[in-house]
Amino acid sequence: MTISNEDVQKIARLARLEVSEEQATKFSDELEKILHLVEKLKACDTTSVEPMTHPFDAALLLREDAVTEVNQRDKFQAIAPATQDGLYLVPKVLD
Amino acid sequence: MGSVINYPGWEVVIGLEVHTQLKTKSKIFSGASTEFGLEPNTQASSVDLGLPGVLPVANLEAARMAVKFGLAIDAHINRTNVFARKNYFYPDLPKGYQISQMDLPIVGEGKLTISTANGEKVIGITRAHLEEDAGKSLHEDFQGMTGIDLNRAGTPLLEIVSEPDMRSAAEAVAYLRKLHSLVTYLEICDGNMQEGSFRCDANVSVRPVDQKELGTRTESKNINSFRFVERAIDYEIERQIDLIEDGGTVVQETRLYDPDKHETRSMRSKEEAHDYRYFPDPDLPPMILEKSFIDNIRQSLPELPEAKFIRFVEDYKLNEEDATLLTSTRPIADYYEQVVNLSEADAKVTANWITGELFAALNNNDLEIQQSPVSAEQFAALLNRVADNTLSGKMAKQVFTALWKKEGQVDDIIEKQGLKQITDSGTIESIVDEVLTRCTEQVQQHKDGNEKVFGFFVGQVMQASKGKANPGKVNQLLKTKLNQ
Repeated sequence: MTISNEDVQKIARLARLEVSEEQATKFSDELEKILHLVEKLKACDTTSVEPMTHPFDAALLLREDAVTEVNQRDKFQAIAPATQDGLYLVPKVLD
Repeated sequence: MGSVINYPGWEVVIGLEVHTQLKTKSKIFSGASTEFGLEPNTQASSVDLGLPGVLPVANLEAARMAVKFGLAIDAHINRTNVFARKNYFYPDLPKGYQISQMDLPIVGEGKLTISTANGEKVIGITRAHLEEDAGKSLHEDFQGMTGIDLNRAGTPLLEIVSEPDMRSAAEAVAYLRKLHSLVTYLEICDGNMQEGSFRCDANVSVRPVDQKELGTRTESKNINSFRFVERAIDYEIERQIDLIEDGGTVVQETRLYDPDKHETRSMRSKEEAHDYRYFPDPDLPPMILEKSFIDNIRQSLPELPEAKFIRFVEDYKLNEEDATLLTSTRPIADYYEQVVNLSEADAKVTANWITGELFAALNNNDLEIQQSPVSAEQFAALLNRVADNTLSGKMAKQVFTALWKKEGQVDDIIEKQGLKQITDSGTIESIVDEVLTRCTEQVQQHKDGNEKVFGFFVGQVMQASKGKANPGKVNQLLKTKLNQ
């Protein structure tokens, strides 16, 4: 499996990361190595192994439905770059 | 229900995705309140804000409600189900991903039966999965910026995805109404469409009747009333057919419904918009549900709409139309049964009063039955006074109006308005005699064979009794006396 610089740029764009061409070349090389390892793993026979979705053999802990949080808006908004009328302000979003 | 519009030569294919807000007290992954309409961001905790270092803790009640729904639609419950991250950037989604479910949703395949113009139809439900709601973006101008309210962020949603089994906008509305009725019966969603508790996206495509493969579909969002669903879908069907007939092709895209203009329009299609890169959320190991947990929920399921409908027809001898109306929502059914249990009146008579007088008043004032100014107790008391002949039907309507205006209790109103019906035969007889003595001319006309004049006598007697004489007795006495 080969990873092109365009592949790297596409993934970077989805993650909102700015990547230079120089970096893209480096990352494509590194990613290819990782995928090469994955190819090796894929060669193992796993037909009798149940797929896991999580690295630990753990079950989700569920909590009872109760309101336990109090309003801490002032504290949270004290560290926000911009607020008004209780709202967080962000650069204008156009749909 | 609206009429089915036909598009000769074309088949319409519709699937719906419905987001229902589960009515838990707290959010799906935090202990913040889910209450609607509070001051912005006062219910946005560190987890809802996506601050670094916080971890989600799942709400047991949300899981219980999802299972309740699954059992009600006869679905397979995935006893092992997994939360996944759906990645996209939007300011009202502070983490940069929505916690949802992808490969292993909590509710698997199920079905819902709807009534259509051509009889019953089974609509497949592909799946229903748990996820968190996003916040709200306010696009009014805040010094050239957008305002973000994260109170809604983290409210539990059950997204219910149907198979593309509907063939008209009317069927889609019937399915949506059935689903709405079901989730409110189950008390897992308040069903308030204005507040966004029950939201619908419609996937619509068209194909020539002889074509096997499905046409390209579009997804219409922002449809928040039953009426809009029908209009948005019909608009979209016509748009797609016109487009293809003019030699164009339908583009797979998301469209936004504009209720003011009654049209859908393309949302600027973003490049790679659908590359959500789902993967299992490492913060949340798989949810594993014990069999006993599911069995307990099964045993506590309330009576569902179909079962209630059958019981109403059998136990209360209602016709199908009345039974449909009276089981259409759980609050209506509960109100009706409360009145039946509290009053001496016949169950069928009670049904007539509720679907007639009460529904008309509710409609005229745009109220739900839960907001009725006339309680079930008062309604029962009113029907008791009809059953024991204190009130005629006409008088009862007068008392109902007074009850509606909150003028007091039934017996007080009867007293105050002097509405007691005269049922005593002696009293009515003397009024009848008085009228017959006074109106010799009309008596002669009746003797000469003019049957129409009978109504005149009834009117005279009712007038003389100030409307209080029991009409049945008046009729009976007049008949006897005039035919002597």
